Amino acid sequence: MRIKVIAFGISRDILGDFNNQIDLNEPATVADLKQLLLQRFPDFCKLTSLRFALNGEYADDADALAERDEIVLIPPVSGG
Amino acid sequence: MIDVQLLATDLSSAACEAFVRSDAAGGVVVFVGNVRNQTQQKKVLRLHFEAYRPMAISEMQKIAYRAVADFGALKVAIHHREGTLQVGQTAVVIAVAAPHRKAAFDACAFAIDTLKETVPIWKKEYFEDGQVWVAAHP
Repeated sequence: MRIKVIAFGISRDILGDFNNQIDLNEPATVADLKQLLLQRFPDFCKLTSLRFALNGEYADDADALAERDEIVLIPPVSGG
Repeated sequence: MIDVQLLATDLSSAACEAFVRSDAAGGVVVFVGNVRNQTQQKKVLRLHFEAYRPMAISEMQKIAYRAVADFGALKVAIHHREGTLQVGQTAVVIAVAAPHRKAAFDACAFAIDTLKETVPIWKKEYFEDGQVWVAAHP
């Protein structure tokens, strides 16, 4: 399955000119995606945290991913 | 009951206060967060806020509704900026009205503390010698 991730803040800088398309074996979870991203982009390991949002809500590691999900990388937030 | 906005234009604490006022509200607390001129002794030139808009708004709405449900607030306004801000400009305004002052203070503190933890908005600070995404690294 091919998914597309959306990145904000420092996570966009870390992905650089990567096209944000990621191939995952089905069934895939948020934890699988995270592991793959940390391997391919070790700079993610340096962040204070890395969370994911699925379709506009914070996701848990065990949540399943589907091709049409809106998957967003949430590095440490700093609003306010 | 709640007014949540993510705005690219100047924020108005007066507008937030006006929204939450009512005859039942004996206490109104307004928190105004402004851009500071320095971070850890480094001079800040300006900063930039970037947001995952739909989720930033929905997370701020959740906070506002919790301020009502869990803290007894009557009305809550949360306005947050996006885009580029200069030193002294307002980044966030939170106004809370409650029957009494303690609930208003507590709800307002809860709202700004939670906003800083959960709302997907990212701040980049610009210095004379570079720029940094705030809080990204330990």
